[in-house]
Amino acid sequence: MNQDIITLDYGSGGRKTAQLIDELLLPAFQSDTLNALGDGAVLDLSGPLVFSTDSFVVSPLFFPGGDIGKLSVCGTVNDLAMCGGIPRYLSLSFIIEEGLAVEELKCIISSIARTARAAGVEIVTGDTKVVERGRGDGIYINTSGIGTLTYPGLSSDNIREGDAVLISGSIGDHGATVMMARNGLLEGSPLSSDCQPLHKLAKAAWSCGGVRVLRDPTRGGVATTLNEFTEGRNFSIELEADDLPIHPPVQAACDLLGLDPLYCANEGKLLAVVAPDRAEEVLHALQNTPGGEEAAVIGRVTGRAPGKVILNTFLGAGRVLSKLTGAQLPRIC
Amino acid sequence: MLSESAFRRPQGAEKLLTAIREMDLPEARLMEVCGTHTMAIAKSGLRQVLPGNIRLLSGPGCPVCVTPAGVMDEILRLSELPGVILTTYGDLMRVPGSDPEDSLQRRKALGADIRWVYSPMDSLEIAAEHPERQVVFLGVGFETTAPGTALAVLEAKRRGLRNFSMLCLLKRTEPALRALIRRPDFRVNGFLCPGHVATILGADAFRFLPEEYGLPAVVSGFETGDLLTAVYRLLCQIRDGKPALENEYIRAVSPEGNTAARALMSQVLEERPDIWRGLGAIEGSGFGLKAEFQDYDAARRFDFCPQNRENTTGCRCGAIICGQMSPQDCPLFGKRCQPDHPVGPCMVSGEGACAAAFHYRRIE
Repeated sequence: MNQDIITLDYGSGGRKTAQLIDELLLPAFQSDTLNALGDGAVLDLSGPLVFSTDSFVVSPLFFPGGDIGKLSVCGTVNDLAMCGGIPRYLSLSFIIEEGLAVEELKCIISSIARTARAAGVEIVTGDTKVVERGRGDGIYINTSGIGTLTYPGLSSDNIREGDAVLISGSIGDHGATVMMARNGLLEGSPLSSDCQPLHKLAKAAWSCGGVRVLRDPTRGGVATTLNEFTEGRNFSIELEADDLPIHPPVQAACDLLGLDPLYCANEGKLLAVVAPDRAEEVLHALQNTPGGEEAAVIGRVTGRAPGKVILNTFLGAGRVLSKLTGAQLPRIC
Repeated sequence: MLSESAFRRPQGAEKLLTAIREMDLPEARLMEVCGTHTMAIAKSGLRQVLPGNIRLLSGPGCPVCVTPAGVMDEILRLSELPGVILTTYGDLMRVPGSDPEDSLQRRKALGADIRWVYSPMDSLEIAAEHPERQVVFLGVGFETTAPGTALAVLEAKRRGLRNFSMLCLLKRTEPALRALIRRPDFRVNGFLCPGHVATILGADAFRFLPEEYGLPAVVSGFETGDLLTAVYRLLCQIRDGKPALENEYIRAVSPEGNTAARALMSQVLEERPDIWRGLGAIEGSGFGLKAEFQDYDAARRFDFCPQNRENTTGCRCGAIICGQMSPQDCPLFGKRCQPDHPVGPCMVSGEGACAAAFHYRRIE
């Protein structure tokens, strides 16, 4: 790997591809299954399984608190955890744009390896393609994951009036950080993405019992995820604006860019709807788990406006908190 | 320095609200003329907690909303010219032209090179990176964005960036307010004056409201505490029959404004007649580039020639901008016209009255 950039040769399936696998990928992931280099992985799993897939495109590729590699492990691991599963195995596919610096690819791969170890998952199969310059955004990553179902029955169907709505920490950090980074506004800023695996927090929550549903509010943010819970249902979710944990730098960045933290992506937070008699216990369990220190109860399930998410403002007025429509775009002033 | 949160969650809000509720006034119609006010009011839920006799109306304060459809059609044409890179604030991306299905976002998806920027200065960098292309910045906004836009033109000239030009669609607040006030159907009892525009022009720029028209005017900031205080002061003026100019936003607005920014504007820009959606042609209501900067005028470079088209969509944005009707009164609101498929600009713009009313609907 003396060359400093990825060229089309690395995706040809020939010697360069083998070099990429042997020199970069296999040493990083240390998996016997992967080392076998079969067309697929043979796994020893039984019982009900959870299975999920996700693709990752982000610009910039590196940002405070994470990078596309870390994101690609957390995204799929977190989806599995939100289904009540313990994540076990991941597949990993790269679509690399010609011209990506090998150094950058190395950083991404080691970040993937580090995050996979932290999340307790093994990368067991993968693929690499290289596309011509101008046909990709540096690198796209897809991961799919399999886990063993440990806490079955999580579903928004279970939500009942009176339930509590919890979040495992502050809102909007990832979205605000990436948007500021994209606009070159991060210098001197304390902003950092919240990107992290959620398997331990999910386990902490469901171990208490009473958890109706878990969801990680990624794209579209907390507002959009909560709308997915209420849509077409006979209950509403009411949030108290004053209870929302939003870090001042995130609020300031959103004010500057004309965004709303409630619509900004989170990559290391979970929303839990919990039976009222278990809410306190789940809250403490989250707060006592690393990454969940700032967990809070942010709202309740009520019958006030069925099908809707309501935000009670500082003035005591209730207004609809709707789904995100289209992408959040930079504003005039 | 006081943090914005002190204004976002002000102490004494309850007292102010009680004082407002105890004021025995007939109907009071208060108008804001700034898109950021429109959104801030809707987000705070202020309308719901005010007594029913106090109406908060959204005037012509959203630069996207007052841009006529014919202008959008010409912008769409520009985006298709060979070699052109169009740079714009995000607000314009989803605004339909006279064909409600057509927008810059759609043209971008179909291959036009359209890039959104936070600052006109970003366009200069794009121009420098692509000397073989023509980079056109869509200069939309009021006096708030005018200085930055003027600076970009000056900078382009200094750097000799001949492939940069600006489509000057900048608008002036005062002539529009005067035109609105002169309308026979004008029924507004006081103005919540735009804090951002006043930061540049100075609070004194709104002195004509009380002095020439006997209308109460309060320059306001954008947090809940600002809005509540400004509404209270407007109502006091109305109650006492003593219209005056007051400045609630003293942490940002001085009487004379930002003199450096104003100097930039007068160096580069000159007043000219302009056309507003809802208000029509208004003398001196727009900014154009002064003669010495005409080489950077995209309108000249690309024969920009908008048609004054009749609106045939049934959209009532024009009447809404003039405060004649609320967004909810428009027959298209929330039905055929929604943020996902807007018919009029007031629904598409992040600062539009209809978008604010739709996104932040009250719970009955």
